[in-house]
This record gives sequence, structure tokens and C-alpha cells, in this order.
Amino acid sequence: MGVEQKLGNMGVVTTTLEGVVNWSRTNAMWPMLFGLACCAIEMMSAQSSSYDMSRFGMELMRASPRQSDLMIVAGRVSKKMGPVLRRLYDQMPEPKWVIAMGDCASCGGVFNNYAIYQGVDEIVPVDVYVAGCPPRPEALIHGVMTIHEKVKGESFKQYAEKYK
Amino acid sequence: MTQIEEVGLEKFKHLVSERALTGETMLLNMGPQHPSTHGVLRLLLELDGEIVVNCIPDIGYLHTGIEKNMEAKTYQKAEVMTDRLDYMNTMGNNLAYVMAVEKLVDLDVPVRAQGLRVILTELQRIASHLVWLGTSGLDLAAMSMFLYCFREREQILDIFELVSGQRMMTTYFRPGGVWRDVPVEFEKAVRDFIKIFPKRIDEYEALLTKNPLFLDRMLGLGILDSATALSYGVTGPTLRASGVDWDLRKVRPYCGYEQYDFNVPVLTEGDTYARYLVRIQELRESLKIVEQALNKLPLGPVRSDNRKFVPPPRSEIGVSMESLIHHFKLWTEGFPAPKASIYSAVESPRGELALMLEGDGGPKPLRVHLRTPSFDNLGVLPQIVKGHLVADLVAILASIDIVLGDIDR
Repeated sequence: MGVEQKLGNMGVVTTTLEGVVNWSRTNAMWPMLFGLACCAIEMMSAQSSSYDMSRFGMELMRASPRQSDLMIVAGRVSKKMGPVLRRLYDQMPEPKWVIAMGDCASCGGVFNNYAIYQGVDEIVPVDVYVAGCPPRPEALIHGVMTIHEKVKGESFKQYAEKYK
Repeated sequence: MTQIEEVGLEKFKHLVSERALTGETMLLNMGPQHPSTHGVLRLLLELDGEIVVNCIPDIGYLHTGIEKNMEAKTYQKAEVMTDRLDYMNTMGNNLAYVMAVEKLVDLDVPVRAQGLRVILTELQRIASHLVWLGTSGLDLAAMSMFLYCFREREQILDIFELVSGQRMMTTYFRPGGVWRDVPVEFEKAVRDFIKIFPKRIDEYEALLTKNPLFLDRMLGLGILDSATALSYGVTGPTLRASGVDWDLRKVRPYCGYEQYDFNVPVLTEGDTYARYLVRIQELRESLKIVEQALNKLPLGPVRSDNRKFVPPPRSEIGVSMESLIHHFKLWTEGFPAPKASIYSAVESPRGELALMLEGDGGPKPLRVHLRTPSFDNLGVLPQIVKGHLVADLVAILASIDIVLGDIDR
């Protein structure tokens, strides 16, 4: 701990570029305002006064996919909605992440039938699955924290390969 | 599989005016991903500048096949599907379903269970109206309404969690009663809510009811006259704001609603603001019902003791062979329902929620059909938005309070 101690008073911190970039990505991760069904109400609860997701820099839900980093698929995805969901995902700028919120988005949940995709990972790549029908707001916040951990561990090389 | 089919104008030219074909008016797509369509509703708008000429709702983006799924399950297990139907009104959907099953198999319900059902469905009505108030406030850029309304809603969800273990998908009502008796903390939790909530409604009203900015966005918009409302099958607060005094809790009382003293708010203006006022008054009336039902709540069993349809309590299974057999038969096979068709309706926060249930003598329903209020209420939207601005369409759509899970099912 030589140089840090000496430079401490000068307000200089040494780190890696990846570390800074990943840190800045986690603390202003804007989710897309995109509710499908029941889970969307719990997602709204997570935004509201009791749970307050703005503690994690996420108070700004963007209605446009072009301004958002994180897609929270909150609810069941029907066969008619699937293509729309894919188009929304394609419109999001990179890097982008997806949370499958709830059982329906993760695996079809209670609806094992003709109308519902058995998991949204049939359509878009999913980073974090949140279980529950619907998950409590705390569970969603835990999912978000998990994605933050994931982002902090990513390297530029991985990004380059992912978004080739 | 994930391709969007491109549809030319020829496919729907019978729905738009002739001016759209020449390009004089503009066709605009609103949704399915739009913050103020309250879900995944798609509206195809024909616009003359900013004025809506035609509005064509396109539904089905949340079609879940709930009716078909229910037909593949026994009467007890099909109930979990009703929770996911109209997700603002889970207790009310359970009530509609269990009442239909009880009517089909002719099952009695103890008085205490009736009282609990009334308390919890009225709390659910309050919670549903709070979500409506918060999100429609959000549509009109009144962000703080959303934060206030969800604060009170959390308190109701805590009560639900207390009685059933789940915040939203409770499945607490069962054919023949309720799942189990409420815990001792229940009464205090509800009394606390009754105590604080009237002041909170005053707060909402102080923020909105006479706020000139709010009035500008609400008054005289989307006028729905009573004849049109009746011909489209509109029900609930939307109908009552158009001057028709029709509330199933009054005209065809169920669950003992006849013993409670409450008013049905009716206004005659039929505009967006009247629908807002009716819902605000319903919050107060529902609270009155909750208080009376809690005062009257008798002690006693919460489940019917008809063992052919209601599973025996856990304590009996260890000592009674007959109870064990009943338990085994009910959870492996289910109970048979007679070959009959019934229709049973309740008043949900959005209107008349009803089930058509047909039994075929076996343990599974032959046909389940749901008459959901949002579906009919949405049908009238194209009639009432014509000639309004696109910005006002948002307010009108919010005021008829649709839930897409209820429409598409």
C-alpha cells in the first residue's frame, strides 16, 4: 500500500478502466417501463414509497426501449406478445440486460398451455430469473442486486464477444 | 416464430374512414408497449391532426387460455387460475368462482366465512381503486398520487399476507368457506386501516378534486350517456357515473350484503370527472362496509362441514377413518358436480364479474366462461373518444379502468 497512502490526500484513486465503467453502469441502470401482467403491479410496488428502487439509481423507468438498459419482463408472455417483446429487445441499445420476473416469465408458471411461452428465454437471452407468483418487491430488488453483481464482474472482452 | 406480420391497409379498411385511404388522416399505433394503456393494449388511432377520428382497440396480447386451463383442472384446483385473471381484484375473482361452485353443488357457507369474505373483498375493492387512482394520476403527471396510493395499498396487502400468506394471489376463499380462520392480529390490522384511511382519502381529494389543473384534464371529457352505456353492457363505476343505479351488491345481494348499510354513489354527468368522483366515493362506502362487517363478525366455523365437498380439518384425519377417506378422495379425485349449467355474478371493482359454469357429472367443469367487466367496458371506448385530442384519450382510457388480464384472460 505504497502509492495509495501517499496520494490519499490528493483525491486520487487508482483503479482499472473496466472497474469504473462497470461501476457506473450499475448505479444508473434504467429499467424499461414495460409491464405485462400481475408482476407489473409488484414492479410498481417496488418503485413506490415502501420499497423505493431509486435507492439503487433505478427510479427512472423509461417508456422507450431506446433509452433503457434493463428489461424487466414482468408477467406472462403470450404467443401474440412474443414478437413484440423481441422487437423491443432489439431496439434497446447495448449493453443490455434482461430479468425474467416471476414464474410465468421464467418457466411458464401455472400456465402450461397453448397460449403462453414456457419461459421468456425462448425469445430473449435472460440474465437473472426471479421466482415467485408474483415475486415480492424484495425479491425483485434482490434480482436487481444480482444483476449488479454480474455487471461488476464483466470484462470488455466478454462485451465484445457478446455483442459481436 | 418471432416475426411480426405486416398488415396492409386493405385488411382493416372497413374499420377506418374513407379519408384514411387517401392519406388525408393519419393512422397511428398506440401500444402494445405504452405507459398509459395500463397493460398491453394496442390502440390503432386514426387522427386528423391531433383529433381522434377513429379508435380501434386490438386485444389479445395477454391471452392466457385461463378458461381452457380451468376446464383441465378439478373444481378445487381451478381456483388458482381465477387469481391471475383480474390481478387487481384477486379476492373478488376467488369470490365469484367459489360462489359459482357453491351454487352448482348446492353448498352452504357459515356466517363467519360470509363476513370474512365481505371484509376482504371490500378491502380488495379499495386496493384496486387505489391502484387505479395512482396510475391514472400518473397518466396525468400527478406523480405524488402514485406514491401516496401505493403506501395505503401496502397496508391492505399486509392484511392479505396476514390471512393467507401471499400478498396478491391469495386463493383464500374456498368452496364452502375460507381456507382457515384469520389470525388474532387480523382485527387490529383492519381497525388500524379503518382509523387512518378516511384522513388519507381527504388527502387525495385535497390534492385532486378541486385542483384546476386536474379539472382541466377531466371535466367534460369522454361523455358516456346512459343509453349507450346500457347498450354496450357497461357495468360498474363507469355505468354508475352515467346515471344508472345498478350495483349487484344492492340489487341482487350475495354474501349477506343486505345487512350492511351503504350507499351506491351515482352521478349523471357521465364524463371522466364523474367516473373519478364515483370511485372516490366508493372508497368511503367500502370502508363503511368493512367496519360494519367487522363489528358484526360472529365467532364460529369458517368452513362448511359437508365432508363430500370440503376437506376435513387436519386434527380429524388422525382419529377418523372416514375423514381420511374423504381427504384422500377430495385431493386425488375431487368432488363430482351435477350435470347442470349455472351463472353467478358478483360486483367487482370494475363491474359485473360473472361465471358461467357447466358441470358434466364429473370432478372437472365441462365449460367455464367468464363474463369479465373490462371487456365490455373497453368496447365503449371507441364511441366516447371520437372528437377528442390524443392527450385526452389517455385520461379517458384511464377513467374506464381496464385491466388487460381481465379482457384477454
